[in-house]
Amino acid sequence: MALIEVKNLTKSYENDGVATSVLYGLNFKIEKGEFVAIMGPSGSGKSTLMHILGFLDKLTAGSYIFEGKDVSGLTDDELAEMRSNQVGFVFQAFNLLPRTTVLENVMLPLTYVKMDQAERIKKSKEALIAVGLEHRLNHFSNQLSGGEKQRVAIARSLVNNPAVIFADEPTGNLDSKSGLQVMRILQSLNEAGRTIILVTHEKYTADHARRILRVKDGLIIEDVEVAKRLFAKDGEELMK
Amino acid sequence: MNIIKEIHNVWNIVGRNKVRSFLTMLGIVIGIMSVIVVMSVGAGAQSLILNQVSSLGSNLVGILPGQSEDEGPPASAMGIVITTLKYEDIKSLVGPEFPYIVAATAYVRGVDTVNWGDNKTDTNFVGVSAALPEVEDTNVSIGRFFSEEEEKSLARVAVLGSQTAKDLFEGTDPIGKQIRIKKTSFTVIGVMGERGSSGFQNQDNQIYTPITTAQKLLLGIDYVSFGRVKVDGAENVDKTVEYVKQVLRERHKITNPEEDDFSVRTTAQGLDALTNITNALKIFLSAIAAISLIVGGIGIMNIMLAAVQERTREIGLRKAVGAKNSNIITQFLIETVMITFMGALMGILLGTLISFAAGKVAQSLGYHWDIVVSLSSVLAACVVGVSIGLVFGIVPARRASKLNPIEALRYE
Repeated sequence: MALIEVKNLTKSYENDGVATSVLYGLNFKIEKGEFVAIMGPSGSGKSTLMHILGFLDKLTAGSYIFEGKDVSGLTDDELAEMRSNQVGFVFQAFNLLPRTTVLENVMLPLTYVKMDQAERIKKSKEALIAVGLEHRLNHFSNQLSGGEKQRVAIARSLVNNPAVIFADEPTGNLDSKSGLQVMRILQSLNEAGRTIILVTHEKYTADHARRILRVKDGLIIEDVEVAKRLFAKDGEELMK
Repeated sequence: MNIIKEIHNVWNIVGRNKVRSFLTMLGIVIGIMSVIVVMSVGAGAQSLILNQVSSLGSNLVGILPGQSEDEGPPASAMGIVITTLKYEDIKSLVGPEFPYIVAATAYVRGVDTVNWGDNKTDTNFVGVSAALPEVEDTNVSIGRFFSEEEEKSLARVAVLGSQTAKDLFEGTDPIGKQIRIKKTSFTVIGVMGERGSSGFQNQDNQIYTPITTAQKLLLGIDYVSFGRVKVDGAENVDKTVEYVKQVLRERHKITNPEEDDFSVRTTAQGLDALTNITNALKIFLSAIAAISLIVGGIGIMNIMLAAVQERTREIGLRKAVGAKNSNIITQFLIETVMITFMGALMGILLGTLISFAAGKVAQSLGYHWDIVVSLSSVLAACVVGVSIGLVFGIVPARRASKLNPIEALRYE
């Protein structure tokens, strides 16, 4: 059973009675444990696709099957449940809460889950260990470098043990060294069995994934294994 | 999500914006403080007035012009001048045909700047009968009170209140001196002993003249504003009330009691009426103070709307990590309620301190002043604080919950 399966996925927006189509009948599957890059230029529809797959948006037509269940017609609250339990997000702009400690930022998703506070703290610390920031627990988010901020964001996306992590241009705001660190963490998470879906417009970043779904004008124009996969390791690029 | 965790989260958010949170709650602090002070000072003033009136004694009967409900305010309290009650009416009540009334006086009042040489003081002058000392159980400390003969002859004599004597004469012996009231010369013949305040009247800052003189020479009227008779014992008060009504009806040719153009009040009834008047005043003033709470609430709504806009990305993020619309509404409502509730607590604290200070000042000035901050007003303030938070917090909270997470995350 595929983790994600979309059939004829279509999305259009309506503004002042005028419908604008963004995605045109997409079909693909993503298995558990995959590292998929959704790649395409601005306006191609890749972000819209990620929003639908990440339960932030609803599709207009077609179906979306997640872990064998059709989730196409979920209500707003049901979508929120899915976001809370099944997915984690890493954003280009980090989106950490200002004037809030690293630990509190990582704990945020668990605020909406029934759990003891001690358990929340324990899980958050584990997530921070996974990204190598256990020594920054009580620092405020504004005291961190860009790379560290994104690592906190990755820890936050991990903390609820999601089925899949969506990373939307995670290296877009980072220098190349920090970008590599982030990609290394994503790759190691994937090595450990985590499903990662990366959204990027850069071929270079996409080449860190195992598979690329190339999107253009709302259509998937290519679905291929990465031929020459890049591995980020300790600040230097290794090619397999 | 449990509510205690949410309160803890919101506490952190409020704590991160201390100055803004404080300024936001200031409207509520001032509003609640005002209501507490008005209620407390009102209760203190009420107890002061009621104590003074009851200290007059239970063997007095008052006669007011105009008809009024037994416990309602007299017409004069509402600024209506009624001219039907005459001095002759009051005088006619004393006589051998009804021996229970031992003395009676009528009152007329005016205000003027009184002067002795170059010394001036603003004061009340009160035209009363020669029987006033007997009716009010008081007397002069220097000199003498005027006699019935002086009253009949429209004598231009005056008895000063102790404060007026000090203000005007500053240590000089006032007896025999000429003072001017409304351009008419009066000879000072006595100074009253210290009497304190009665209701809103400082009885030491007034000048007594014969009622006839005050009516003709100072005010140019032929009616009186109030009459008071002294009964020989409390047990005869009810009989006296009936007698007074009967006499006045005969004199005013009234056959139907519903057409009475006067009211007769015992001290007990007067106390009830005063309680009603002061209660109404308290509620009225509290209502004015409460307006500031509404203004404060609108201020909070405004700031919370701005906060929703400012924290759009945070709301988007919270939704992205699993917050439902109801979680966002709860978060913002708790935030608003917490701010208003803390504002209410601060308002209660400040209001209580001010009430206490005001009471202490009044007590140090010699007033019998009860310091009252009732539990009910404190509880009401808390309930009002929370209600304002709920009412004025719902609009920003709903707006926050309706944000689309994708657009919110993109918000710059």
